[in-house]
Amino acid sequence: MQFRKRSASGRRRRWLLLGGVIGILTLSLAACASDDSANDAPGTSRTIQNKGSDTLLNVALAWAEAYREVDPSVTIAVTGGGSGTGIAALINGTVDLANASREIKEDEIAAAEQNGVEPVETVVAIDALAVIVNPANPVDQLTIDQLADIFTGRITNWQDLGGNDAPIILVSRESNSGTHVYFLEEVVRKGDSDNTDIFAAKTLMMPSSVGITSEVGRNPNAIGYDGLGYVTEDEKIIAIARTAADPFVLPSVETSDDGSYPLARNLYTYTAGEPTGAIAEYLDWILGPEGQQIVADLGFVPISQE
Amino acid sequence: MISLAQRAKRQYAEAVVRARPIIAQNLKRNWFEWLIESTIKLTGIFIILIVALIFLFLVREGLPTFLDIPLRELFGSRWYPIEGMFGLWPLIVGSLLVTAGSVIIAVPLGLTTAIYLGEIAPPWQREILKPLIEMLAGIPSIVLGFLGWIALAPLLQDLGAPTGLTALSGSIILAYMALPTIISISEDALYAVPKEYRDGALAMGATQWQTIRRVVMPAASSGLMMAVMLGIGRAIGETMAVMMVTGNAAYVPELGTDMLLQPVRTLTATVAAEMGEVAQGSLHYNVLFGIGIILFLITFSINSLAGRLVGQTSRRRRG
Repeated sequence: MQFRKRSASGRRRRWLLLGGVIGILTLSLAACASDDSANDAPGTSRTIQNKGSDTLLNVALAWAEAYREVDPSVTIAVTGGGSGTGIAALINGTVDLANASREIKEDEIAAAEQNGVEPVETVVAIDALAVIVNPANPVDQLTIDQLADIFTGRITNWQDLGGNDAPIILVSRESNSGTHVYFLEEVVRKGDSDNTDIFAAKTLMMPSSVGITSEVGRNPNAIGYDGLGYVTEDEKIIAIARTAADPFVLPSVETSDDGSYPLARNLYTYTAGEPTGAIAEYLDWILGPEGQQIVADLGFVPISQE
Repeated sequence: MISLAQRAKRQYAEAVVRARPIIAQNLKRNWFEWLIESTIKLTGIFIILIVALIFLFLVREGLPTFLDIPLRELFGSRWYPIEGMFGLWPLIVGSLLVTAGSVIIAVPLGLTTAIYLGEIAPPWQREILKPLIEMLAGIPSIVLGFLGWIALAPLLQDLGAPTGLTALSGSIILAYMALPTIISISEDALYAVPKEYRDGALAMGATQWQTIRRVVMPAASSGLMMAVMLGIGRAIGETMAVMMVTGNAAYVPELGTDMLLQPVRTLTATVAAEMGEVAQGSLHYNVLFGIGIILFLITFSINSLAGRLVGQTSRRRRG
C-alpha cells in the first residue's frame, strides 16, 4: 500500500517530465527545420548523408571526421546498417552516398532506374576478408575447397582438418551483409555461378562484425570470417590457398594488392548520378593520399595512386 | 465501536453535504463534463481504430506469403531468404522452444516468490523486495541481452555446451524478463483473496502451507493463470535480447535432452535482422509481414486460452 501511494504521487512528476521532453523535442525539431532552410542558401553549411556497409563504417566515420578540418562547411552524417540498406536508401533518395562491400545487383539497378536514379560506382578501398579461428585451434591453413566443405556442413569435425576431435562451430554475418554475399559467392560456391550450395543450417548468424570476432575469440571450436580491419589479437587468421597446389597466403596489404591472397575484394561508394559539388570534392579527397592513408591506418588496403 | 458499514454510511453523508456547492457549480459547467466524457469516449474509439488498422495493414502486407508460396514450402525446414528459401518451420520451433524453456524456469520461480511475498514474508522484507522486483521490470531488455552475451554465454560454454549461444541462454534471459510480470500479478491475485478465507482455514487447524496450497491458491487461481499467460506473452514477443544470445541459426534442433543446448533462430529476431535490408514489395518483405501474422496468431491463441481458463475456474468457484 505504502509503495503504491508513493508511485501515485510520482506520477504527477512524470507527467511534468513528459511535458518537458515533448517541449524540448518540438523546439529541436523547429531548430532542425530552420537548419534545413539555411542549407539551401549558397555559401553556408551543407550536410552529406552517407549510409551503408558495416565493413566500411569505421573508415567512413574516420573520413567524415578528418574531412571536417579540410572543409568545415560540410557536415557528413554516417550510418551503417549493411550494404543492402545503404543501396536501398540511395534508390529511395534519402542518402547522397551509399557504401557497399559488394557490387550493386541487377534488380537494384532496375529499381533505381524506376525511381529515376542512376547509380554511379566508385571503388574507395580494398578489403581483405580474413578467415579467423580461436588462437587455441591448431589448424592454421586451409584451401578454398576445405572452407567450402566446412561452411556447407560437409565437414563437421576439426579432426578431418588436422585439428582436435571437436565439432566445428560456424559463425557468419546475417544475410543482409555484403560480406555474407561475397563469402557465399567466392568461398561457399567457389566463384562458380552455377553452384547453388548455401551455408549449413547450423551456421550462427551474427548481426554485427563484433559478434563474430567475440564468439570466435571465446569459442575454441568456432570459425568465422570478417574484414581484416576488424580482426583483433584474440583471434587467429588462417592462411588460405586457392587449391591444394597453390601456396598458403595470409591476408595483408601486400598480398591483397598483388592479388596473391584469394579473398580480397573492392569496397564501393555509390552516388545518384555523376557526383557534383561538395559530394564530388569529398569523393576526390577520399581517393587522394589523405583519404587513402586513413584506409591504410584502419587495416584496409588503399587503392593504388596513379 | 462503530461497524465498518456504519462508518461508510456516515462518510457518505458527510461527502454529500460537502459536495452540495460543488454540484451547483457543476450544473453551470455541464459543458465541461460533456467535453471530458466525449474526449474519453473518443480515445477509446481511437484505440479500437488503431488496433483494427494495424491488423488490416499486417494482413494486407503479409497475405501474399500464404497465397504465393505453397504451404509445404512455407513450412519447409530451410530459411535462406536471399536464395528464395522461405521455410518458416525452424523459426516457429525456435520461438516455441525458447519460450517453453523460459516458462519452465520463470513460472515456478515467479509463483514461489509471489507466495513468499504475499503470504510468508514479514512486512519489512516485503517493503524491500517489492520495489526491487519493480526495478527488475524496469531494466531495458537490451541490457539483459548484453548480460547474456558477456556473462551467460561464456558460462554455458564452460559448462560443456558446444557454443554459449543457445536456446537455453535465450530462455534464461527471457525468464528474467517475464519474472517481474509473473510475480507482481500473482502477488496481486493472492492479495485479493479475503483474509477471512485464511483465518477460517487456520481456525480449522490447517497449517500455513495447507492454507496456502488448499485455500489461498485455488481462490487466486484465475489471477495466477493470468500472470503466467502474460509472462508467456512477454517472452514470445521479445526481440533484441533474444537476437543477441540465441545464435540465430535457422535450424530445427533434434529431439532430445540437449535440445535446449542448440542454437535457434526466433520469429522476432528474423524480422528484426532482415527488415532493414529487404526491398519494399518483394516476396521476402511480404514473408516478414507473414511472420508478423503468425506471431499475432500465436499470442492471440495464448490470450484466448488464458481467457477460457480464467473463465472456467471462476465459474467453478461460483457454481
